[in-house]
Amino acid sequence: MKNFEYFTPKNVEEACSLLDRYQEEAKIIAGGQSLLILMKNRLISPKYLIDIKGISQMDYIIFDKQEGLKVGALTTHRSIECSSLIQGNYPVLSEMETRLASIQIRNWGTVGGNLCHSEPAGDVAPVLIALKGKVRLRTKGEERIMLLEDFFKDYYESVLKPNELLVEIQVPKSDYPNGAAYAKLSLRENDMAIGGVAVVVEIDPPTGICRDTRIVMSAVGPTPIRAKKAEAEVIGRKKKDISPEAVAQSAKEEAQPISDSYASEDYKREMIGVLMKSVLNQAWNKAIGNRY
Amino acid sequence: MKKDLKVNINGEYYEVSIEPNTTLIGLLRDELGLKGTKENCGVGRCGACTVLLEGKMVYACLILAMQVEGKKIQTIEGLGGENQLHPLQQSFIDHGAFQCGFCTPGMLMTAKGLLDENPNPSGEEVRKGISGNLCRCTGYVRIIEAILDVADKMRR
Repeated sequence: MKNFEYFTPKNVEEACSLLDRYQEEAKIIAGGQSLLILMKNRLISPKYLIDIKGISQMDYIIFDKQEGLKVGALTTHRSIECSSLIQGNYPVLSEMETRLASIQIRNWGTVGGNLCHSEPAGDVAPVLIALKGKVRLRTKGEERIMLLEDFFKDYYESVLKPNELLVEIQVPKSDYPNGAAYAKLSLRENDMAIGGVAVVVEIDPPTGICRDTRIVMSAVGPTPIRAKKAEAEVIGRKKKDISPEAVAQSAKEEAQPISDSYASEDYKREMIGVLMKSVLNQAWNKAIGNRY
Repeated sequence: MKKDLKVNINGEYYEVSIEPNTTLIGLLRDELGLKGTKENCGVGRCGACTVLLEGKMVYACLILAMQVEGKKIQTIEGLGGENQLHPLQQSFIDHGAFQCGFCTPGMLMTAKGLLDENPNPSGEEVRKGISGNLCRCTGYVRIIEAILDVADKMRR
C-alpha cells in the first residue's frame, strides 16, 4: 500500500472541509474493509486519507414511528445486525447483515462505507432500495437527500461528488403492512452475492391486494437493478392472481449478468428466477403476518 | 511522515511512531515484535490475523494501525502463555484442534471473542462464530468441539 497523508477530523464539518480542500486527491476511510483491499492492491492510491471512523456523531440508530429509521453512516454492520430497534421494525436489515461477510468485518465495517464502495454485489443496497431508503449527503456548505436508488452510477461508482460525504441513511415508515425479504446465491453462506433479490410488498389489508412492491436485484448488473417489469406483474393483484413464473421471467429478462469465475451469465439469470419466486413468497407471507 | 500512536496491547501501553500506511498486523508483528498473530491472505478472508479490538474480533490486516489510537487490543500473547494456558488453549491441545497451527492464534482469538459475547453457544452458533476463520487442516470438527467443551466447563 502506498503511503499517504493521514487526517483524523473530529467532526463532520472538519471532514467536509478537508474533502473540499483535497477533492479527488483525497479518500474517506471509515472501516476500510473494502478500501484497504483496493489500496493494498494499488487499484487506488490516494494522496490524502481522511479517517472519519472516530467521528462518534455519525454512529447512531434512531427510530421514530412517524419519521422511520435513521442510521448514521458510521454505524457498523454488527450494530445493525444486533440492534433491537432494527430487529423489531426492519428485521430484513438485520437478517441481511447476518450473511454479510464475517463477524470480524461486520464488527469494524460501516454501512456508509459499504454503500460508498458501490459494489454491485453488496447486500445492503438492494434491501435499502427495496425499503425506499434515502441517503443524506453533506458538503462543506450544502446538504442533499436522495433516494439510494439514484445513488449508484456504475461498477464501484456512485454519484457522490469528490467533496461530498455520506452522513446518514434514512428509511421511511411504510403506511401499509409490508413484508420484506432478501436472499442471495453465494458460494458459502457469508460470501459475496453471485446473484441477489430483495423484495418489499405492501398489502392493502381489507382486500389483500398488493398496493406497491419494490423488487431489487444485486450482482447482476453494474449497479443494483430495480426489476420494474417484475413489479408490474405483482402490483394491483392478490396473491392468488400472481403468476410466480411470469414474475421470475420478467426479472430474468431485466437482469444483466456477466459471466465470471463464479458462474456463467445463463446460470446467474436462471438463479435470479429461482430466488425471485422464493423471495416474493417470503415477503408476501411476512406482509400478511404483519397485518395491523 | 511518521505519526505518533498510543495504544494498549494486552494491558501494556505502547507509544510508537509509525508510517500512516502501517496496518495493525504490521504494527503488531514488525514494529512491536508480537509475532503470535499471523498474516496470511492480507485481504480479510482467512481470519488468521484475528485480534480483539475493544473486546470485539476484527481482522488486523484490514485496519490501519492509526485507527486503533487510544484503544485496547488483545492478541494471542495476551491470552495465555507457556506457564498458564488459557482454557481455550488447553482445550485446543486436549481435542487436537490444530495441525499446522497457522490458523490457531486467530481461531483462538475468535473463540475468545465469541465466548465473551455468548458464553453459552450452541454448536450452530460456534460454527457461525468461527465462519470468518479458515483452517485447511482439521476440518473444523475438533475446533468446534474444543470451543464447546470450554463453554461447557465454564458453566459448571
